[in-house]
Formats: sequence, C-alpha cells, structure tokens
Amino acid sequence: MAQSEITQADSQSPLMAWAMRGGIGWVLSILPLSLTLYFASLLPTITSGTVLRVSYTWIPSLGVDFAFIVDGLSLTFVLLVLGIGTLVVLYAGGYMAGDRQIGRFYLYLFLFMGAMVGLVLADNLITLFVFWELTSISSYLLIGYKHAYYSSRSSALQALLITGAGGLALLAGLVLLGIAAETQTISELGSRHELIVNSGLYAPILILVLIGAFTKSAQFPFQFWLPGAMAAPTPVSAYLHSATMVKAGVFLLARLNPALGDTPAWQITLTVFGAITMALGAYLAVSQTDLKRILAFTTVSSLGTLVMLIGIGGEHGIVAMMVFLIVHSLYKGCLFMVAGNIDHETGSRDVSILSGLRREMPITFGAAALAALSMAGLPPLLGFVGKELIYESTLDARFAAAAVTTVAVASNILMIVAAGMVAVRPFLPTGTTRHSTPRHPHEPPISMWLGPAVLATLSAVFGLFVVQVMQPIVTQGAAAILGEAVEVKLKLLPTSITGYFLLSVLTIALGIVSYLYARPALMQAGKATRGALEDGFVNGFTDLVNNTQAFARWITRALQSGYLRRYVLITIGAVVSVASAALLTRADLSAIRLFDTPLFLWETATILVILAGVALVLRARSRLTAIAGLGTVGFGITLIFFFFGAPDLVMTQFSVETLSVLLFILILYRLPIFTTISHRYSRLRDGIVAGLAGLLMTMITLLTIAGEELKPLTPFYAEASYVEARGRNVVNVILVDFRGIDTMGEITVLGIASLGIYLLLTLRLAPADGQAEAEDSTGKEQL
Amino acid sequence: MNLVVFLPLFVPFFTGIIGLLLWGKPQAQRVVSLLGGIGLTLVGANLLLTVIQQGIQVTYIGDWVAPFGITLVADLLSAIMVFVAGMMTLSTVIYAIVTLDAPRERNGFHVLLHFMLFGVIGAFLTGDIFNLFVWYEVMLISSFVLLVMGGERAQLEGGIKYVTLNLIASALFLSAVGILYGVVGTLNMAHLAILVPQVEQQGLITTLAILFLFAFGIKSALFPVFFWLPASYHTPPIAVTVIFSALLTKVGIYSLIRVFTLIFTTDTAFTHTVLLIIAALTMILGVLGAVAQFEMRRLLSFHIISQIGYLLMGLALFTPLSLAATVFFLVHVIFAKSALFLVGGIIHHMTGTYDLKKLGGFYRVSPVLSVLFFIPAMSLAGIPPLSGFWAKYALVRAGLENNQPWIVAAALGVSILTMFSMTKIWAEAFLKEADDGKLRENVPALQSIPAALRLPMLAPIIVLAVLMVVMGVAAEPFFALSLQTAEQLLSRTEYVQAVLGVQL
Repeated sequence: MAQSEITQADSQSPLMAWAMRGGIGWVLSILPLSLTLYFASLLPTITSGTVLRVSYTWIPSLGVDFAFIVDGLSLTFVLLVLGIGTLVVLYAGGYMAGDRQIGRFYLYLFLFMGAMVGLVLADNLITLFVFWELTSISSYLLIGYKHAYYSSRSSALQALLITGAGGLALLAGLVLLGIAAETQTISELGSRHELIVNSGLYAPILILVLIGAFTKSAQFPFQFWLPGAMAAPTPVSAYLHSATMVKAGVFLLARLNPALGDTPAWQITLTVFGAITMALGAYLAVSQTDLKRILAFTTVSSLGTLVMLIGIGGEHGIVAMMVFLIVHSLYKGCLFMVAGNIDHETGSRDVSILSGLRREMPITFGAAALAALSMAGLPPLLGFVGKELIYESTLDARFAAAAVTTVAVASNILMIVAAGMVAVRPFLPTGTTRHSTPRHPHEPPISMWLGPAVLATLSAVFGLFVVQVMQPIVTQGAAAILGEAVEVKLKLLPTSITGYFLLSVLTIALGIVSYLYARPALMQAGKATRGALEDGFVNGFTDLVNNTQAFARWITRALQSGYLRRYVLITIGAVVSVASAALLTRADLSAIRLFDTPLFLWETATILVILAGVALVLRARSRLTAIAGLGTVGFGITLIFFFFGAPDLVMTQFSVETLSVLLFILILYRLPIFTTISHRYSRLRDGIVAGLAGLLMTMITLLTIAGEELKPLTPFYAEASYVEARGRNVVNVILVDFRGIDTMGEITVLGIASLGIYLLLTLRLAPADGQAEAEDSTGKEQL
Repeated sequence: MNLVVFLPLFVPFFTGIIGLLLWGKPQAQRVVSLLGGIGLTLVGANLLLTVIQQGIQVTYIGDWVAPFGITLVADLLSAIMVFVAGMMTLSTVIYAIVTLDAPRERNGFHVLLHFMLFGVIGAFLTGDIFNLFVWYEVMLISSFVLLVMGGERAQLEGGIKYVTLNLIASALFLSAVGILYGVVGTLNMAHLAILVPQVEQQGLITTLAILFLFAFGIKSALFPVFFWLPASYHTPPIAVTVIFSALLTKVGIYSLIRVFTLIFTTDTAFTHTVLLIIAALTMILGVLGAVAQFEMRRLLSFHIISQIGYLLMGLALFTPLSLAATVFFLVHVIFAKSALFLVGGIIHHMTGTYDLKKLGGFYRVSPVLSVLFFIPAMSLAGIPPLSGFWAKYALVRAGLENNQPWIVAAALGVSILTMFSMTKIWAEAFLKEADDGKLRENVPALQSIPAALRLPMLAPIIVLAVLMVVMGVAAEPFFALSLQTAEQLLSRTEYVQAVLGVQL
C-alpha cells in the first residue's frame, strides 16, 4: 500500500482507533446523505417544471451576487455529486483505514464536495467561478495527497496548472460574457442570446470559455492531465472521474448552452473536439494494463462523448447527453471503487496478472459485472438507453452525421473491450495458471463493497424503470440546457427496428468479437503509438514548464546581473529613453531660445572652468586628480550661484565642496590602488548614456526658462516674512518657519545618518548560519 | 492644528526620540516600541474613521495656510495607508521582539524602525511635493541603516546597491521638483492640480511627469529600475525584510497614484500608456524572477516586484473600478506578502535556512504553519474566495471594460506563474519528504519553539491570514471603501477644496 509509511499508528485512544479503522466513514457520510435526501425531496417540485432561485447580495460594488438556482440540470448534478459523494465518503473510511492523515483527507474531500455543489447550483457567473477555482484547489490537495511521493506532487501540480490556466481563461471569458450580456445572472443569459452572439465579443468569449471547459473536462488537447490525476487515492479518483471535477467542464457547457450555443462555431468546435477526445480516450484505454489507467482513459472518452453531444445539440443531443451523464457517473463511480477493492485486496492493479477473483470477491464481482454491462451498453441496463440515444443523435447531427456516427460506433466498440478488461478479466479464470498477487485476496469490508453495489444496482434499476425514474428529471434537465420546454419520451427497448437499434446490435457484436480476438492487436497498436499519443502530450507539457523555467532563469540572470554599474546604466538609460520620447514627441522644442540673453565674459570663463574640471575627472589617472577635478566643478557651480545673486547658496555650496574634497582626501589613502578595470567600449557606452542624460536635462531646463514664469507664492513670502514671521531674511524664514518641517525632516536625516555611521563602525556581526551567504565579492548575486 | 492628522506623524517620531533617550536599555526600548506600534495603529484607525465620516482632513503646519506653508492632507487613500502602516509596524515590532538577535535589537533597531515610519507616514500625509522629498530622505536613510546594521558582508553589498540606486531616484526626484517649481511656481499639490493644466508648455509637463514616474518608479521597483530590491531584500533579518516589503515600495506606488491622479492628468494618452506598458513588463519580469528562485526570501522578493505591476496596472487603466482595484490590491498585497515573509522567518528560525532544496516535511509535522502559509500563498495567487481574487477580478474586469485585452492577458498569465512559484514553496518546504518517499527525519515542529515565543511569532500571521479571508469572503465593505477612494482620487475636487478652499 502506498501510504504505508505514513500509517504506523502509535498509541491512540479507542475512539481514534475506531475512527482510523474506517468507522469515521460511516459517521461522516451522514452529512452528504442528509443533503442528498434534502435535494431528493425537491425532485417533485423540480420535475413539475418549477425552478427555484435564491439570491443574496454579496459584493454589490462588483455586481456579484451569491445566487443559486435549482432546475433540472443543477438538481441532476447535485444529486450525483452528493449521492456518489456519500458512497465515496463511506468507501474512503474503509479504503483509507489506518491513515494518520485521514482528518485532512476528509477535510479536502468535503471542501471538494462543497465546491462542486456550489458550482453546479450557482446562478451568478462570478459565484460559479469562485466555486470552479475551489474545485481546482481542493483537487490539487487531493491528487497530491500522498505528498511524500514526487510523482504524486508533480501530477497534482500538472492538474493544477492546466485547470488553473484554463480557469484564468474562463475568468476572462465570464467577465466578457457579463459585459456582453449586461448581466452576471446565469438564468438571464438565455434570453440575451442574440445580444451576446451579435456583440462582437462572441468569438473571444467562446474561445476563452471553451479553454476553461476543455481543460477542466480533459478534452483534447488537454486530456493528458486526467490519467496523471490517478496519483490520488482511489476514492478520490472514483469521485473525480464520476461525478465531480471533470464533469464541471461539461456542466459549464450545458449551463451556458442557452447563452452561447446554437451557432455553427459552437456546434462544430464542440462536436469535433468531443469526437476526437472520445476516440482518442477509447483507443488509449484498451492498450493499458493498469486498471485505474484503463478507467481513466475511458473517462476521457466519455467526457468527449458528452461534449460532442452538447455540440450536436438539439433535443436529441441534449437528452442523450443528460442520460449518458447519469449512465457514466453510475458505472464509473462503481468501477473505480471496484478497482480500488482489487488493489486493496490483492496489492495489484495489473490486469495482465489478475484473474479468477470471482470466487474470493463475489459481491465486488457482481457490482463490476453490472457496471460493465452498463458501460458496454447492454439491455436492460441504463447504458443501453444511453447508447441508443447517442446513436439517435449522431445520425441526426446537423453536419457530418456519417463521420460522427462512425467515430461513435468505433469508440463504443473499444469501450466494450475496455469494460471486459476491467470487469471480466480480473474476475474470471483465465486458461493459464493463476499468477500470485502480493496479497491473498478476499472480500473487503461492507463499507467498501456497499458503494459499488449500490451504484451497480442503480444502473439496473434506472434502466428498468427508465420512464418512471429518469424521464421526469431528464425532461427538466434538457429543458434547462435548451432554454425551452421539451417533451421527452424515454424507453428501454425500441418498439420498432430503427437504424440506431441496428447500430447498437452491431456495436455489441463487434465489441464482443474484438474483446475475444482483437485485444493483442489493439494492445500492440496502442503501444506503438504510445510515444506520440500518450507520452507526447505529457512530455510536451513538461517541456513547456521546463522551458519557461529556463527562460525565467536566463532573463533574470541577464537583468539581475549582480553588477551595480550595469544597474546604474540601465536605470539612467531607461529614464533618458522614455523621457526623451516624451520630450521629442510631446514638447515644442522650437520654444527653446539659446542665445537670447548675452553671455558675459566671466560666465563663459566659469563654464569653461567647469568643463575643464569634468575633462580632468574623465582623464584622471589617480584619485587625487579626480577629486581635484570634481572640486573644480563644484567651485565653478558656486561661482554661478554667485553671479545670479544667491549668496546663501554660495556659502552652502562652498562649505559642502570644501568639506567633500577634504573628506575625500582623508579617506584616499585607505583605499586600494586606483586601476582602470572597465573596457574602452564600455566607457564609451557609459559616456554616451551620461552625455544623453546631460543633454536631456539641459533641454528640459532650457524649455523651462523659455516659458513664462509663474510666481504665485513670491509676493506672499516677501510680504509675510517680516510682518507675520518676524524675520528679515526671506530665505531663512522659509527654511525655519514657512517650511520649517522640511528642515526638521532633514535634520532627522542627519541624525539617523550619524547613528548609521556609528553602527557601521561598531556593529559587526558574523553572518548568521545559512543566511545571505550567496553573494560573493565579485559582485555576483547568485541565483 | 488638526491633531487627528498630526498625531500619526508625531507618534513614530516621538517613539523614536524616547527610544534614543533609552539607549542601552533594551527592555525599556521594547516597551516603548510596542507602545509606539499600538499608538500608531490607534491614531491611524482614528484618522481613517474620521476621514470616512467627515471627509478629507487637513492641517497647516505652523498655521501657514496653503499653498504658502506645508499642508498635511489625509484623504481616504492616505488614511488607509497610514492605518495599514500602523498595523504592519505593530506586527513587525512584536515579531522582532521575539526573533531579532540581541545585538541588533540593543543597537537601535526599534529606534530606526520608528524613524523610518516617521518618514513613511510623512510621505502618506504630506500635501506638498517638496516635503514629500524630505520624507523620502528620512525613509531612505533609516531604511539604509536598518538594512546594513550588523555589517554582514552580504548586507553591506546589498546596502551599497540599495543606496546607490535610491540616490539616483532622489536626484531625479529633486531635479523634477525643482523644474516643476520653476515652471509652475508652487509646491503644494492641490495648488499644482489647479495650475499645471494652465501651463502653456504641456509637453514639458509630460516630460516632467516621466521624470516623476521614474523617481517614484525606482522606489516602487518598477521594470526596468527594480534592481535594488532583489539585490538587497534577502540580506537583513526577516523582521526588517517584512516591514520593507510591506511599506517601502508601497510608498513609491502611493506617490505614483498621488501625482498621476492629482497633478499629471493632462496627457494621459501618453503618460498612462507608458504606465500600462511598464505595468505589464514589471509584473511579467517580476514573476519570472520568482520562478527562477529556489531561496524563499529571494523568491518572495521578486514577487513584490510582480505585484507592483498589478498595482500600477490599476492606476494606468485610470477608471474608478481599476483604481479601486489598485487600492484594494495594495492593502491585500501588504497583508499577503508580510504573512509569507513571516512564515519564511519562522521556518528559518527553526531550520536555519531559506533554501527550498534543504527544506521539507512541514506539511506533515506542522498543520498550523501549513495553513498559515497556504492562505496567504493562495491569496497572492488570486484564488477565491480570498482577498487576492477580488483584487485580480476587479483589475481583469476593468481591463476588459476598457478594451485592453493585452494587459489582461499579461495579468492572467502572470497569475498562473504566481501560482506556480507559490506551489513551489508549498511542494518543496511543506509537502516534500525524503527523495525516496521515506519520511524526512528531524523536521522541527512548532512545538520546538518555546511557548512564550511561539504565540507572539504566530499572532501577526494569524491576524493577517484572518484578514485575508475576511477581505475575501466579506469583501463588500472593503471594496466599497476602495471604490469611494478611487472616486475621490479621480474627481480631485474634494481634495483641492479641502486644502485650498476653492473649486477646481
């Protein structure tokens, strides 16, 4: 058993021990059972044609209501979700017995169930989406439940990424749908079909919604995540495949059919992708040997069938879809639990070594046999009704009826083979000697056979009493999907020989023949094409993920290179390029007047001195020269302040310059030897960027002085300084009174700076263990 | 003097001063720091409530009326930011008291923290663009000292990059303010709002807007000027990283929102298109950086950048809904990011490493820590019904209503990569066991932390996680307030009226 490492029980209370032995399943199943009964009690109301709605305001500022609707479609789904959920909860109690993390398991399972119920009942696009995402997250937690295993974690992540990405597309699609329809209430969308289709947003809405639905319901080309999701414990697989998660996409298509359906784009896309998925799933199923994998691919095929039927549409298509939905949920839930029982009891899921279990596991065998008959579409099981309806609708399809029917027949033949492989082969004795299995099998406890038995029995009962049980709810479900009332007549056996009845007979005959004689060939073919059709998609996805990561590493290394000089270059370069773009495209540069005012001799001289200082810095071969050059620039600027009548600035600038030169000289001899490490070209490049930055600022300044000068504050300061603030020097008054808090802030800066210097000099800690060891002295920030 | 506005500025300053006076008395400093954090939260709450009930609050420093003196203005955006800053300060103080090493705590961590907050709150409250520069300087110098205190080699290297690139921002900011003053002749932001549209040379104003965009953009860690953040945020102790991640870049984005709603709205066709492009690139390159990391703090640091892109997207789209989304997102991301860093800090506290390759097993050993990581991680990835979802939804909706499908595509694509890198931490540090499916040995449980430390370490995260759930499940009051904030920002009349007493 996979969880064995996590199951070593230590001393526990008797109650805990009982719970861990499986008792918990019985108790917990009361919750979904009572909810199932509650919703079942609504059946008479709903089948009489009533639709129940309830709505609470949730986030009115975003137009989101917490709105729910119970109609034929949502009630069917809710009953499947909760009914099968009840059996899964019970089943899991037995299957997971002894698991120490059983509490978490049930937490996730109930979260999943709740999300699914919310999803199918939602009557607001955003409410629906909230639950949609919750199913993705809870299934992530469930698929990755055996978290110690890498394969389990990666399957969970794969499912999450694919359904998550689809979810994001869906979000955009639903928002657009809300915009186009001018409402977020789902039940109002049908009446705005014309508005939506003609809005110009229809194409993007359709594409985005379909991506969402196809990823969730594992349609081609996203089908590959579903077999991977088998990493989940079997009760989860049973639930995920039969009634929940993957049916969410189908549900969404059905729900939105009144809003988006009835266009060629909708019909063709759904029919084509559905048919491809149906055929591909069935083809891949029969070449597997792992029980769960066979079942997983048949789920893919069935989901394809459902999508195709919605695409075919019309009364026939939709009724067939409703019936087949129930057919599939019942038999698939049953068969997964059967697979779980076999695995649990024998320790193997390999159909090539399992045989003759009929004797040891009679109840499980009985359930499996019934479910497989339904899957194969034999009367009097419900599956037969489903298959008849499918053929009726494919023959009736509005385009490519012959092709679609052929694909459907072929797929169904393969499904019969698969049904035999799952339900006949492991149980009946094979001619050869019996392989020994890791464990000696016997019938599992009641909690584990009750579920499959109930579901198998329902397949039979629903088939036998198809008119009484199925017809009312299918009628209402079809009405909800079609957006108009319909009259549905279901029957178990045809009253006359029709084309689709003949097709059924043909399918069954060919199916049995294929099971008996063509299996080796099918297995061979499947193996030959496995690389492309099975692994190809998974590998493609893995490559996509890996390439994204490689790209991320590459671009991050390129940008976050670790070199400060490169950061500075990019920063200045970015400012210069965007600001220049603004200046060149938005500003009127002709306003600049260069030689308006005459240039005095001393001004010219000062400018030349500053330029000489700059040249000196650039050509400097020692630090002392560089500092002298910088000092020259600084004192030159002091002179400019002097010429333009700012004596206080002269004083300040003079002190600052003197101090900086002195400080520089003081630390000069503590520094390493001056060397030129940069390359000629990089210096040239830096020079160009710096020059452009200077040019930009010059242009901006010239433009500024070219415009008219607004001085709204000056008169006030001149006036109020002496009269109100009692100061003769306006500048001083501004600094300490009008704008005193600026000065206070700057003094704080100085205070903190001195504190910082003190700390830098005194506080030297060794790097804490494992902390920040990554950067080395070459300036490389390692990734 | 309107004390309601003044007190949030005064409290951290006063706390810092008292802390200085208590130098060498770490216990007393702790008490003062804690009281300062509580005090700031309370006066912040008071400010927010007052602004909600009575509208924009204004105070003239030294009673020099606008536009002549310096005005403190608290509109909804400012008040929200001040309140959140108070909460984050309190969380950081509590967390630092239990986790920070003794030398750093003894040598003025608390003092510097509150001085930094002095700058942060000043930036949120000032109504004067030069005064904003001063607050930026207060913030820069105190954050620099916080970043390098301890003098570890990596800290110093990160610190040099931090301070160099931020000084470029300062120089840019100062030049831009100088030129703006030269053109318009005023520094009061409300006054600028009136005068800037009257300037003849609108092209010059647009160019200045770009200079401001980069001055604040460097602070906000936008593409392509974010380098200082990933170069430095992983080097200081986690308590410092938490408060940095919560507030520093957010002051930058706050300033961008302020000037690009109040002052530079005359050429949105150019400026806000630039903003939109930068938003897309910031979110994409930020998240790619995160995808490339395998060290928790570095990974989370890159996510800060990515999320800033979302915040900018709301501003760039420039509609009530998109701005409301930005406001909501701002608060959400502060909570989510802080909680994630705090969880990372606890893991580091127990194991001594942030390296995902060396971690594992916490999912089995510590359900509490798992939940406390999972909630903010999923919230950051935008999973409903957590706070991040509504932020994302509102942005997507605003983008699509505004007919900007590409930015929406970028936002959604980044969202899946965010999910990817969050699940990376989840899978590696929490789910993963030993390679062969065997259980890891010696995974420390939370119980290994002494009980007296455990609760104060967990309490801030618990509060933040609960807030993220509440903001998601009961989003209405939060989003309604965000919408109100957005409308106040976009209409501008209330702001100008409150400051200058005239109509716009």
